[in-house]
Amino acid sequence: MHPAPSVIVFTTLSGLGFGLLFFLGLGMPAARGMVAFVFYAIAFGLAVGGLLASTLHLGRPERAWKAFSQWRSSWLSREGCCAVAALLTMAVHAISAIFFDHPLALVGIAGAVLSVGTVFTTSMIYTQLKTVPRWNMFPLTPALFLTLSLAGGALLAGQDGQAIWLLILAGGTLLAYWYQGDSAFSDSGTTLATATGLGGRGEVRAFEPPHTGSNYLLREMVHQVGRKHSRRLRWIGFTLAIIVPLLCLLIPVTGLALKHSLAAVAVLAHMVGVACTRWLFFAEAEHVVGLYYGKR
Amino acid sequence: MTFQQPEVDTSPPVSDEIRKTTCYMCACRCGINVHMKDGKVAYIEGNRDHPVNKGVLCAKGSAGIMQHNAPSRLRAPLKRVGPRGSGEFEEISWDEALDIAQGWLEPLRKDHPEKLAFFTGRDQSQSFTSFWAQNFGTCNYAAHGGFCSVNMATAGIYTMGGAFWEFGQPDWDHTKLFLLFGVAEDHDSNPIKMGIGKIKARGARVIGVNPIRTGYNAVADDWVGITPGTDGLFILSLVHVLMKAGKIDLDYLSRYTNAPVLVNQDKNSPDYGLFLRDDHGAPLVINRKTGKLAPFDMYGLRPDLNGTLQMGEITHVSVFRLMAEKYLAEDYAPETVAERCGIPAPRIRAIAAEIARVAFDEAFELACEWTDFRGETHQTMQGRPVSMHAMRGVSAHANGFQTCRALHVLQILLGTVEVPGGFRFKPPYPKPATAHPPPHCRVTPGKPLDGPHLGFVQGPEHLALLNDGSPARIDKAFTWENPMSSHGLMHMVISNAHAGDPYKIDTLFLYMANMAWNSSMNTTGVMEMLTDTDASGDYVIPHIIYSDAYSSEMVAYADLILPDTTYLERHDCISLLDRPICEADGAADAIRWPVVAPDRDVRGFQTVLIQLANRLALPGFTHEDGSARYRDYADYIVTHERKPGIGPLAGFRGDGAQTGRGAPNPDQLDKYIENGGFFLTHIPEEARYFKPWNMAYQDWAVNLGLFDTPQPYLFQLYVEPMRKFQLAAEGRGERQPPDHLRQQIKNSMHPLPVWYDTPQHGNRGFTVNALTQRPMAMYHSWGSQNAWLRQLHGHNPLYVPTKLMRETDLRDGDWVRVTSPHGEITVPVMEMAGLNENTVWTWNAIGKRKGTWALADTAPEATRGFLLNHLIHELLPPKGDGLRWANSDPITGQAAWFDLKVRIEKTAPPQDKPQSEPDFPPVKSPLPPPPRDLAWKVGS
Amino acid sequence: MTELPAATQRSMGLVIDLDTCVGCQACVISCKGWNTENYGAPLSDQDAYGAAPSGSFLNRVHSYEVQPEQGQAQLIHFPKSCLHCEDAPCVTVCPTGASYKRVEDGIVLVNESDCIGCGLCAWSCPYGARELDLAAGVMKKCTLCVDRIYNENLPEEDRIPTCVRSCPSGARHFGDLGDPDSEVSALVADRGGMDLMPEMGTRPVNKYLPPRPKDRLAGNNPQDIDLLAPLLSPVATDAAGFLGWLDRALDKLPGGER
Repeated sequence: MHPAPSVIVFTTLSGLGFGLLFFLGLGMPAARGMVAFVFYAIAFGLAVGGLLASTLHLGRPERAWKAFSQWRSSWLSREGCCAVAALLTMAVHAISAIFFDHPLALVGIAGAVLSVGTVFTTSMIYTQLKTVPRWNMFPLTPALFLTLSLAGGALLAGQDGQAIWLLILAGGTLLAYWYQGDSAFSDSGTTLATATGLGGRGEVRAFEPPHTGSNYLLREMVHQVGRKHSRRLRWIGFTLAIIVPLLCLLIPVTGLALKHSLAAVAVLAHMVGVACTRWLFFAEAEHVVGLYYGKR
Repeated sequence: MTFQQPEVDTSPPVSDEIRKTTCYMCACRCGINVHMKDGKVAYIEGNRDHPVNKGVLCAKGSAGIMQHNAPSRLRAPLKRVGPRGSGEFEEISWDEALDIAQGWLEPLRKDHPEKLAFFTGRDQSQSFTSFWAQNFGTCNYAAHGGFCSVNMATAGIYTMGGAFWEFGQPDWDHTKLFLLFGVAEDHDSNPIKMGIGKIKARGARVIGVNPIRTGYNAVADDWVGITPGTDGLFILSLVHVLMKAGKIDLDYLSRYTNAPVLVNQDKNSPDYGLFLRDDHGAPLVINRKTGKLAPFDMYGLRPDLNGTLQMGEITHVSVFRLMAEKYLAEDYAPETVAERCGIPAPRIRAIAAEIARVAFDEAFELACEWTDFRGETHQTMQGRPVSMHAMRGVSAHANGFQTCRALHVLQILLGTVEVPGGFRFKPPYPKPATAHPPPHCRVTPGKPLDGPHLGFVQGPEHLALLNDGSPARIDKAFTWENPMSSHGLMHMVISNAHAGDPYKIDTLFLYMANMAWNSSMNTTGVMEMLTDTDASGDYVIPHIIYSDAYSSEMVAYADLILPDTTYLERHDCISLLDRPICEADGAADAIRWPVVAPDRDVRGFQTVLIQLANRLALPGFTHEDGSARYRDYADYIVTHERKPGIGPLAGFRGDGAQTGRGAPNPDQLDKYIENGGFFLTHIPEEARYFKPWNMAYQDWAVNLGLFDTPQPYLFQLYVEPMRKFQLAAEGRGERQPPDHLRQQIKNSMHPLPVWYDTPQHGNRGFTVNALTQRPMAMYHSWGSQNAWLRQLHGHNPLYVPTKLMRETDLRDGDWVRVTSPHGEITVPVMEMAGLNENTVWTWNAIGKRKGTWALADTAPEATRGFLLNHLIHELLPPKGDGLRWANSDPITGQAAWFDLKVRIEKTAPPQDKPQSEPDFPPVKSPLPPPPRDLAWKVGS
Repeated sequence: MTELPAATQRSMGLVIDLDTCVGCQACVISCKGWNTENYGAPLSDQDAYGAAPSGSFLNRVHSYEVQPEQGQAQLIHFPKSCLHCEDAPCVTVCPTGASYKRVEDGIVLVNESDCIGCGLCAWSCPYGARELDLAAGVMKKCTLCVDRIYNENLPEEDRIPTCVRSCPSGARHFGDLGDPDSEVSALVADRGGMDLMPEMGTRPVNKYLPPRPKDRLAGNNPQDIDLLAPLLSPVATDAAGFLGWLDRALDKLPGGER
């Protein structure tokens, strides 16, 4: 799949944002006033920024509001509804925490659930696609989105204890996702033989493409990434997203400044690392339509 | 929940009006419905009533709308202002353009009409353009058949009075086995596709004989990946096997062919190898009933296939005995030819057996009474459900004429021509070579030529030679080098004119012929010849006039451009006098008419020719007093009479109800438009088969005006005129060939089909056959650059067989250097498994010159695309005998495109960006830059 | 609504004959022509005359080479457009309800005024049947010529998809695949019509007729036994013997005996 910057930015930022909102909703930390304002500004900035970035992917962004209607059947619609519900709920929680110094616990819990629900719906947009076997891995794909989102949220929320085990969990999920993903396409049983129905006659090979030029399908869904390149990026992504933040959290330091600096390093490394794995999430994902074009 | 779906308007208005005309996206000439919205072309579909396409339409036809709006359309007459080849022009008025042309042509006509060489390419108005050239008085006129399929057409006409495509078609309704030979996607495209679909739906089978398994060969039930240039050998091997097994139609051969005709066998006789004839010239046969000599057409005759006759010292034997002697020889046994053809001997036998099985075990009769030319009435029509088709693939070799002859002879031996289930002629065919005029070449300054330029020679007496024996024509058609060149040799015109051999010309006038690019062999050389100057700095070819609707590669090499209209803006007629669109069951012709008016300062080429003719006061176009006979082409179409009562269009003559013969009808075009742009009249049922011998057909044809009297004839298994050329080469007769050509004539012009290898000298080290074909979406198309079609085929790889890929260590996308004895190109490759293991090929004419066709210089056509033409020369490599021999068939002069042999070597891919070689500097486009994006919707 | 209808009244679709398709691209361009002028936004082309021309097409013809274990490679032309699946994933993923499957005929359509161009439907389609038009920003797909097949402004015989009408070799058939008695259903039953990627569970309406077995005439392999050989038993071994046979054979022809 084409690793479009808009979707990478969207899933990375909104994952972090909703992860942070999750912790804020649960009162971890139970910030108030200006501190709460900063936390919420970061959380909303990330979540809303991500959502806005995702609209760049649309052909007709001005009609994006229509996407709320099909929550009964569409995960994308559910994501939209869930995101708005989460943001509105958490807005109430935020206003009351910032301006009224009075966090509403039940509202917070509801917001937290909706936030994590948003991340889940996002993940399901990809997980539901049988056409992309590497994504079509329930529960691994949602687990990947959720653990990364929560780990990032914990990091941002300064919940070091949670962050450590969430990072370990996310790292494990990531490794499992890659491991299983590498064989997902062949496990899916879809081949050029089933795609053309010609497999019974012999070995099928794509000959001339239908058009000599490119097209939307090839640009959007057929992206080939070199194996070596992908291995290198996995190392970089994993190191930045998981190992560096873990080290930052585990290195015993004294002094607030140093601690805050390390926390900042952890957050930044994590963000870049997650973006890196998200690039791979798209770039490594092969759509079955590539078979028709002799490309996979 | 309730399911609510949006309302869709399922009955929107389709168009304001449908205008029915004829497609011109290729040479197929399908009927089209042009849907108009707000006076603009909105959509084009096939015309269901039309005899050619019956509603279907190919990719080109549907893309006509993009051709009509193409940014490559020329906008006004152009006068060259920079050097030739630069593309620097200024737009001028039509008055100035016609003044210039008149200024060049008028003195020529007065003193040396032959110094105008007028050659038309994808012309569909040859009866008109040749009429113009004839009236101008030049002998130098032809269209593009010489580099296309003249071998097929001529071999067919000499053998049986017609060939494939516009001459005839398989009996799709009855055939059970259809054999296709060679590249054939490129002619008669929709009818063949429709036919294949039709027979497949019936469960009939298709055998494809072609080095390349694409297109029709891909759907063939059996594919024979033959070695290029050996089709004739394969076919004669089938003949061998079938004859040996007695699986031939003896009754048919004895009745309808010259198989029983007696041939002089006395080596010392001046008539050695010629037919025994009576005093009226009728060939003689032995009547099996009486054992006596009889003219071939005698009432009640039973011609004896096994006849012999001793007259004094001279032995005569039947043609069929000669054939038995020739084809039963082991030279043609499958085991002998298998390796050369690249087909295992058992496979050849299996195919022969299948042909025999279907032709004889699945034979059937149609209950339809008919009477033959000898007066015998037959209760039924004997069917033989085997049919065949071939076009350029087997033709474009130096042995193509004989190969095509062999194919026609194979059909005749099986008795499958003009019978139910076999191959059927389309009016005005069948028409034997003897019913065509011979070529004419006598030039008289200020006067018309002495007759039509092109025709069919019956012997050396018809060659187009001057009194000193030198060629009369610039292309050397109808000379000893290629005596039967019935379509002329357009591909030789520029090199001969450049060399001043046989003489210099003054003005080269071309129409729709891309000679500076894909229509020439030796493209680079042709560009040099067109721009070459003499000692005084003048161009060697002093004047070049070119007419084209588009900014093709040839434009830059002309001095004066006469911009043509698109096919939707013009009048045309697809005439029975020309290359008609008939079907086996009826005669048809058609028109084009301006369904939209041009929005540029362009004129239909034929109208421009009439305007020029009027300025030059050409007889035939002007009255005695110099006044014009025809206003424009539309006027010519309606009022011109070739013979009294016979004009370009056969329908709605006289009062509008007369067919074929009748006075000109001023409302004729309106009648055609009302009728859907065409006219069709059916052949009566009893006249639909056995046409050459069927008196009901002969009478129908005379009534329609195709002939003036019935013309029954015999199929010519043995072509006597060929023997006459051999006799001359053996030293007999007055007109004698030059000594250096005697052997070639003796070897090639056998009166019975033979196979000889194509010239291989110079090919040492070049062992791989290289072929081209046009993709179906671009065949014969003048519009491959159009916005839709170019997305299908924007560049072309060289297809390389799997074995050669491995041997050369190649993978898809690698680049190779392809070298021939003449040149080299560097191109990308792609693997193909269904390909003769010693053959490479590519799509032809995808490659474009930078700066042409209003494409960007970075267009893939100009970067990755390429032509094989650079590897092919119009002459063969020097033999060491001091002569240069033509790279063409020695009988017809057909360009031997497909004899090309190459070598391929892996090469590093081009640095930074893909660029095939050779790469030419861009020419300057005479057009504004094209739009970037398109969203073409004319209706609101 | 983007929920799939529980059942459709008819299942209109195409049957594509891979045995007959010659790969001529007629259907591709005819589709481009009709759908540029008709249903919804025109099918646009980008860089139409430039270095990388690319446009929206609703139907494309692929080609595949099949190498059997024994014998020659085969080339199969393979037209592909929307298969109008019974379980169309492109419909259920749509967030706006723009994509839907019609109850009356099962045609899967995009209501362009509701389409936000998110592309998810194209992602969900295993067949590559949907293309986002870059000029209009909305998803384009085969409509089965819904604006032709019921169009009262067209003659009745023309109320078929334009690809079917234009196909020169008759390789495309249109009809109700939900009706077991329809001609298309008979073709599917007769010729073993197949689904593409059945494992995707999309239950396509369009069916493909597999190519008939190829290269069955003997002689490609030395071990082939030639069943037709008796047809070719020689009548003579040389020319002289042949002429003797000829005389006998001519005598047998009606009126041929001397």
